[in-house]
Amino acid sequence: MLEAIGLGSADQLFDSIPQNLRLQRPLNTPAALSEIELLDRFEQMGARNAGARRISFKGAGAYSHYIPTIVDHILSRSEFFTAYTPYQPEISQGTLQTIFEFQTLVCQLTGMEVANASMYDGSTALAEAVLMAERVTRRSKAIASSAAHPQYLEVVRTYVQHAGIHLELVPFDEQTGQSSRALAESVDDETAALVVQSPNFFGCVEDLQALADAAHAKGALLIVAITEAMSLGFLKSPGACGADIVIAEGQSFGVPLSFGGPYVGLFATREKYARQIPGRLVGEAYDKKGHRGFVLTLATREQHIRREKATSNICTNEGLIALAATVYLETMGRRGIQDAAKQCAQKAAYTARRIARLNGYSLPFTGPFFNEFVVRGPGNAVDLLARLGREKEIDGGIALSRFMSDRPNDFLVCVTETNSRQQIEALVDALASV
Amino acid sequence: MTTAITKVTSHISPNEQLIFERSQTGRIGYRLPALDVDEVELNIPDEFRRDDDLEGMPEVSEVDVIRHFVRMSTWNYSIDLGMYPLGSCTMKYNSRLNERVARIAGFANLHPLTEEQDAQGALEVIYDLQQHLAEITGLPGISLQPAAGAHGEMTGIMIIRAFLDQRDGAAASHRRTMLIPDSAHGTNPASAHLSGFSVKTIRSTAEGLTDLDHLRELCAHGEVAGLMLTNPNTLGLFETNIQQICGIVHEAGGLVYMDGANMNALVGVARPGDMGVDVIHLNLHKTFSTPHGGGGPGCGPCCCTKELEPFLPVPRIVKSSDASFRLDYDQPHSIGRVKAFFGNYGMMLRALAYTLTHGNDGLREATEAAVLNARYISAGLVEDYDKPFAGSPMHEVVFTDKRQSRKGVHTLDIAKRLIDYGFHPMTIYFPLIVQGAMLIEPTESVGRQELDQFIAAMRSIATEAVEDPELVLNAPHNTRIGRLDEAAAARKPVLRWKPKEETATPLPEPSTAQAV
Repeated sequence: MLEAIGLGSADQLFDSIPQNLRLQRPLNTPAALSEIELLDRFEQMGARNAGARRISFKGAGAYSHYIPTIVDHILSRSEFFTAYTPYQPEISQGTLQTIFEFQTLVCQLTGMEVANASMYDGSTALAEAVLMAERVTRRSKAIASSAAHPQYLEVVRTYVQHAGIHLELVPFDEQTGQSSRALAESVDDETAALVVQSPNFFGCVEDLQALADAAHAKGALLIVAITEAMSLGFLKSPGACGADIVIAEGQSFGVPLSFGGPYVGLFATREKYARQIPGRLVGEAYDKKGHRGFVLTLATREQHIRREKATSNICTNEGLIALAATVYLETMGRRGIQDAAKQCAQKAAYTARRIARLNGYSLPFTGPFFNEFVVRGPGNAVDLLARLGREKEIDGGIALSRFMSDRPNDFLVCVTETNSRQQIEALVDALASV
Repeated sequence: MTTAITKVTSHISPNEQLIFERSQTGRIGYRLPALDVDEVELNIPDEFRRDDDLEGMPEVSEVDVIRHFVRMSTWNYSIDLGMYPLGSCTMKYNSRLNERVARIAGFANLHPLTEEQDAQGALEVIYDLQQHLAEITGLPGISLQPAAGAHGEMTGIMIIRAFLDQRDGAAASHRRTMLIPDSAHGTNPASAHLSGFSVKTIRSTAEGLTDLDHLRELCAHGEVAGLMLTNPNTLGLFETNIQQICGIVHEAGGLVYMDGANMNALVGVARPGDMGVDVIHLNLHKTFSTPHGGGGPGCGPCCCTKELEPFLPVPRIVKSSDASFRLDYDQPHSIGRVKAFFGNYGMMLRALAYTLTHGNDGLREATEAAVLNARYISAGLVEDYDKPFAGSPMHEVVFTDKRQSRKGVHTLDIAKRLIDYGFHPMTIYFPLIVQGAMLIEPTESVGRQELDQFIAAMRSIATEAVEDPELVLNAPHNTRIGRLDEAAAARKPVLRWKPKEETATPLPEPSTAQAV
């Protein structure tokens, strides 16, 4: 082939790169491994992740739920996972129709009117929601409950630092674990958005209706963030409570933990704000013969057309993970989502009750919770959980001191439909004995 | 006319409704164990509970779901079906081995908030990949946290801003201009805007390279924070004056950001760090073969010089003196976190597997093959299509519709006709500075046979454009649907399914495509 294009050596392919910039030595990266060696290497590294083998009660933004076998089977089809962004609709209808269904499912679950084709994850979706609220209201203050996921708040802070948006945090109620009354009262005429997570970082369910009323009374938007999307199968939808933008982490819907990603951000809002949405949208379209199909639409919001005036810089999103969520939601269906959500709530309530009866343990918050709750232990939670892991092979939750230094003995416990009664009893026994 | 089409014949194309239109009350496709704990009264008040019974959500069986998605999948083109020559997108083969690695239980079942000592293997993967990417780019400071290219861009530009703010103090507020060539990806100006910069556009020369005089002129104003440059640029040309370009920007007190979307032309051959570039993002879902998944997930590592390292997102993943890996949050100058947890970790596993299975020599060979393939296409099409720039292309080559448009056949028509020949079209109408652009990137994952088929298809279309322009103008002919009315779709957007009574228009299904 070199000959066919009139070259004598592969080096000549790079003649346009000045000689002094060409690497004159081999890359100092390892020599090639065979398939056997590679798998062995990764299996060994995987084996050094003791956390992956334990019975787990960890949540806080990433959840262990049952994943029907067919989800990974569909994801593994070449036609889906080796396709590009559907820029040529005539040969991308599989991807496009899937996204249209995904958008519909997100609307149904959140109680909203329009949803986009996905964001990177819940945390970046929240940041984009705050930026959108500024565009919609032309106001520059965002007020957030400090009971939101600390990492989500960090991401919002990074995104808004040069956008002229002031982010204000309002302390949560130490009694209930919910947002305090001060949150609703702090909304003023400069507020673009009130930001609240429900269930919040402590697992407590917030009074969204009251917060929506407070925000709307001052012309602000209510942004609701959800890290445990399974809660949507049991709790009243944020849309029905008056939310203006709803974002969620969709990992609970058929996506493995995978050390934090790739996950999928859900983003939904009211129809009147459709042209302010960040990211891609798929809409219905027809060809000359009247056949229905789907296309990427409202592209004039996006960076490849609007450049610096775009609603966001996002381009590649989480297409394949949105497909996973779509397959999951359609397989579980109307009944399965509610069934799984109910089991989460029941098992968590049962576990909380059992732990609260143990000597030295209590539940510091009184607010209603879905499938996560805070436990106050008899001593330092980091040490307690480390012993539980080491001695009992149980991962009992997440020490809150990793995020808040004033809560040394508190830890967050999450229970899902995958935790059997036997596992729950083992946790309770282990807590009693360490 | 079908004689020239060698790659495909027509095939059954099953119809499939939306899942909501298939739903039947009472059908289920899942089974959970019975609730095995005593049911208790929950402390959640009734007014906080869902009361719509999720009306409208699908009720289908497992086999319904399988057929639904398998049928829809047959409507997609994919890399596994053949060449996918989208310029600037680097659609290369996605190894099944990498998929298997990402599914190893020790990683797939690992919670992101697992304590450091119980996630040593996972942290080692991140650390090792960082080391390899540092070697490949010549830039030692790395964060794998960004989830995609645009996210990595935003991170890189925020790092530049943080650096300038620290270096210049209050005076930095006058340095808020980001220079971007007119050939750049749209994400560049959008990312600059997110970091609080205004954008000034640099012209390209007639040869398709950055106009140095214009760059000098813009830099003379003293407000320049930096330059965002793609190299090789989006015309597929290496910016031969890259060192001079970096020198001019540095002299003016700015920094150079390189968009690494086109790194597939450079891996193992040349390193941005050696060129004077300060910060770059990579696309693991392009250069390092992690699957594009119909629009993501990506992974957009940000790589920078030692000087910029203190500004990278937290946490950093570092190696302690006892060879264990840990998270370092103690970075007071960091721009902050750009994503929860560690980024798109599953993509890091795949990219590390790609790097290790190729080995150092294989990485360079892949680059050579990618450039060779683009050159081969360039030579094969130059007699039939207008090639606006004389320079030798790297891994992608741009042509235009200049000759065909005389007959009224435009780039869009050529792209659609290519579908009939069994190929996914190239990138069209990008870069914006080239009228009727067709940007072709074959990657290393195509052999000579299919390259020849592609060239033959393109040449055949050029002939058709002269002899039977209507044939091209009405393409595609072999797909299940024709060209969709995108303007109408945007005027009255229908962005979700609604139950029938709320739907205004009837929803006809396309008939099975007819062979032409």
